[in-house]
Amino acid sequence: MEVTSLAAKKKAAVKNKAANDRAIIAAQALETIAGEIYQDLSKKEIPSMTIPTRTKSNIEFDERHRVWKYGKNLSKRSAKTLDGAYMLLRTMYMTDFIKEMIDAQKSSTLREMYYISEGWDMAKFGDQSESDNLAEDLEIISGHLREDFKLRPEENGASVMGNLTITEFTRNGVARDLHCQDDVGDTGYNIPYNVEKEKITFKNVDADFVIAIETGGMYARLVENGFDEKFRSILVHLKGQPARSTRRFIKRINEEAGLPVVVFTDGDPWSFRIFASVAYGAIKTAHISEYLATPSAQYLGVTPSDIVNYDLPSDKLTERDVAALKAELTDPRFNDEMWKNEIEFQLQLGKKSEQQALAKYGLDFVTDTYLPEKLAEIGIL
Amino acid sequence: MGCTSLRYRPGWFSRTRLERDPMVPEPIATELAKKQKEISVAEFFERNKQVLGFDSPTRALITAVKEAVDNALDACEEANVLPDVYVEITPVEGTEDEFRLIIEDNGPGVVKRQIPNVFARLLYGSRFHAIRQTRGQQGIGISAVVLYSQLTTGHHALITSRIAADRPTHCVELAIDTKKNEAEIVSETRPEWDKAHGTRIEVQMVARYVAGRQSVLEYLRSTSIVNPHAHIVFKDPKGQVWDFERATDVLPQIPEDIKPHPHGVERGTILKMARETKARKLSAFLRTEFSSIGSRSGKEILDKAGLKDAIKPKDLDRDQIKALHGAFKQVKVMAPPTTCLSPIGEQLTKRGLKKETVDISPEFIATATRPPAVHSGHPFQIEVGIVYGGKLPKDESVKLLRFANRVPLLYQQGGCGLTKAIEGIDWRRYGLEQRGGRGVPNGPAIFLVHIASSKVPFTSEAKEAVASIEEIEDEVKRAFRDCARHMSRHLRKKEKRAKTSEKFKLISQVLPRIAEKSAKVLEKPVPDLTHIICKIMDVVWIEDKIEYERWEGSEPPEGPKAYQPKPAKKKEAAVGQTTLLVEEESGLEVATNGHVEKSEGKPKGIWITTSTIEVTNYMLKSRKFKLYAIKPEGVVMTEVEPKPSAVEDRYVVWDLPKLGSTEKATLKFSFAGLQKGDFDDNELFVEGINDINVVGADEWHGGD
Repeated sequence: MEVTSLAAKKKAAVKNKAANDRAIIAAQALETIAGEIYQDLSKKEIPSMTIPTRTKSNIEFDERHRVWKYGKNLSKRSAKTLDGAYMLLRTMYMTDFIKEMIDAQKSSTLREMYYISEGWDMAKFGDQSESDNLAEDLEIISGHLREDFKLRPEENGASVMGNLTITEFTRNGVARDLHCQDDVGDTGYNIPYNVEKEKITFKNVDADFVIAIETGGMYARLVENGFDEKFRSILVHLKGQPARSTRRFIKRINEEAGLPVVVFTDGDPWSFRIFASVAYGAIKTAHISEYLATPSAQYLGVTPSDIVNYDLPSDKLTERDVAALKAELTDPRFNDEMWKNEIEFQLQLGKKSEQQALAKYGLDFVTDTYLPEKLAEIGIL
Repeated sequence: MGCTSLRYRPGWFSRTRLERDPMVPEPIATELAKKQKEISVAEFFERNKQVLGFDSPTRALITAVKEAVDNALDACEEANVLPDVYVEITPVEGTEDEFRLIIEDNGPGVVKRQIPNVFARLLYGSRFHAIRQTRGQQGIGISAVVLYSQLTTGHHALITSRIAADRPTHCVELAIDTKKNEAEIVSETRPEWDKAHGTRIEVQMVARYVAGRQSVLEYLRSTSIVNPHAHIVFKDPKGQVWDFERATDVLPQIPEDIKPHPHGVERGTILKMARETKARKLSAFLRTEFSSIGSRSGKEILDKAGLKDAIKPKDLDRDQIKALHGAFKQVKVMAPPTTCLSPIGEQLTKRGLKKETVDISPEFIATATRPPAVHSGHPFQIEVGIVYGGKLPKDESVKLLRFANRVPLLYQQGGCGLTKAIEGIDWRRYGLEQRGGRGVPNGPAIFLVHIASSKVPFTSEAKEAVASIEEIEDEVKRAFRDCARHMSRHLRKKEKRAKTSEKFKLISQVLPRIAEKSAKVLEKPVPDLTHIICKIMDVVWIEDKIEYERWEGSEPPEGPKAYQPKPAKKKEAAVGQTTLLVEEESGLEVATNGHVEKSEGKPKGIWITTSTIEVTNYMLKSRKFKLYAIKPEGVVMTEVEPKPSAVEDRYVVWDLPKLGSTEKATLKFSFAGLQKGDFDDNELFVEGINDINVVGADEWHGGD
């Protein structure tokens, strides 16, 4: 017992070192950014910085990884304009902050950094999304993950239920095996923010597929109905737009255990985007799509056709819904036959339905009828 | 108007005429003669209510205040006394619609025997036929108020007056016999009064008190703007006291009577004047009986008319008069003398506007007084003002304040020639919104327009709108264009500065921090930014401020060396242009055009205005150019630094030394002769440099 624990500790220390080394390399990359600005100033040139344009018009399909990544368009941030200068100043502040944090072997959440930036005088942000975005910018420019900058998101990854055993290195440096049915409560295993190998490994996976579920209500329904056991599946709760760690977790289990992934969401444009971020890569994080996206993931439903086929209770599309659907029609990620038909059909239908609308036919309908039918349709069952 | 009659006019009895028995044919004149009789004053009043300004209870109250305040101001000015006018309106208890109106002044008072004539007889007045600028022109004003009050409430007017400290105060109750148009003293007392001289009128009338654009309060506020020498206190029906302070201790010049001007005189008048003159020769006749004709222009007129000087004026026949009249039009003569007019003046108009717009905190006020001009032989002068910005609503139409001879015109804005002139200007050129380039523009502004004339051509006897006369409208347009140019220059400068001030913030604050932070991350020294700053800015930046300082002497300091400011008094800076400080204790007026100097034993002291201009060359190359600063005319320069290349009446000009990249020059000029806040906007021009590269000054075009 003691021996294994010692060995585990040692293993953990090695892994920690790996994480720390990555942080130090990341810090050096950040210094390069500051160095370029400094060099411009020394050469009596107006300092500037270029980064890929982070909009849907600038994402391209990466054949090698089969995910969507940023294209060739670049945006220049120059101190010629006040806005550009503010961005450079914020970049310098954030670089300085991260560097000091790495030196001090600390970490912070994105929200904590936002509050710290409140003290950055004229370099402070309007709201947290601005500072989160800049942290992503730094990932793009430096080619390092923000986790390496010792910045972590506020929210945890979501929950997992299924027949798999995960080995997690806890904060005490102890490796603990957790079976995601037997060792957890009804809410399942909580995905930590770091799902890299130094933190978790998959010890044993005995299931046929992964089903990622948008809403907590539906996840709880599937747990209660024992869908994971009956259909040898791993349930992953996405909690709306999934966190990076959730997406990374799904990708790892897909690659390492070779399990197919299906996504089960509400039937509205926002849910389609959730699927896109799982399968194709999100626009905001297109620089790390190959690291987060699961290209083989399939959309299960609720599709607009389901609304009609199953005669589901529905709501009228709002103006914002319609605008989002139309935006998806010009989104390169949705540029395939299935999505074009479904989106156009939904626009024509003018309706949307929630996952829970399936309860119209009873609490067991979703697990006994809908999901088996849909899974059979795409060839998983 | 001048010819209001109490007799029947033919049109007045058209109804009566129709009633005559058609079966009994009778000559119309005979019929008329039977019915022609004096109508009662009351009847006359009833028929002319609208013309006299008493057609509604709301308007009656405003008219009553207007007539009494006009009289009070006129009386004070004629007696050379700074007016203190008190107005009080109180609802009469136990009535729904009756108000008691009290107006009190510190004027010369009225001798007791004249009280009934002045206050209770229509068409009685001293200034009926004078050719000069006066507030009232019909001699009907205050007696109409007394009459209206008596007619509507049955209450008699109470007139209190005292003419000197050593004379008793008389308080008289006046009744008007409406049948005879005669005033009657019902009772009289000799009360105690704390005033050495003055007049007080108290009436009770049916009226309605309202707020808004056409109200007593607005009337008094407007009056205060164009009469900055008057102190008006108003107690409204709710008991709230409004104090319209004095902005100057200088009384307006008393307008003098003038002789007819040759350009406006009619042939009949010339004939009449020729018969009555004492002159024996034509040249003398022209010189002495007309204004603005000298011996040279007189001779020229006679030459043009083909008349010999030796002709006796009395002997002129109709053809000769005609020739003379024709020659008048052909010969250029000077404008009529200003002495018949009493314009407010640019500075005082500005001060008046400033003190009544303190709550709005406008960012800019410009005023212009045109030189006198003539319409139909009557001299007139146009003054305008523009108040811009501050809390004024941006999307409403500009508020117009119209005045004739210092009296606010509250009604008939649309039908007024002054409004038409404003509507005829393309205000879009000056940065205001105007649909189709016509009409009253929209924007955060107040326009003031004042016509001073020996005869204001009103459209009707209600005297609320000025007729459309080309000469007048042209002058109004010219004056407004002048002001508007200043305004748009100010706005352009502001806009350009706002644009560049972003860059200024960038180079002065953001860029140095970027340098500091990047140096800190790398642990290297902070790089020098001068060159980059110039690359980003690429302009010559001119900033200016105006300061006011009290000088403790009655004479301004002489010459640059004599100027040594005393440290004791506080300085108030007007950085970023506009200050709206109202002078609390007025000092001595130094030189204000055409105004009587009045200091009345107040502590002496004058204001020194100092304008400081800072020029920084934020360009990569060095620059050399001239800088012109507009200064007020007629002020005493106390300091100009560094040595200017010239100080003209309108401007100071410096030939700046060559300014290298990021080099700075500071220029300064000081003067005495204005009150604090009078000069509050520097107008700067450059020559010898493309003004695209300059922020804070325009290109010099010879000073237009």
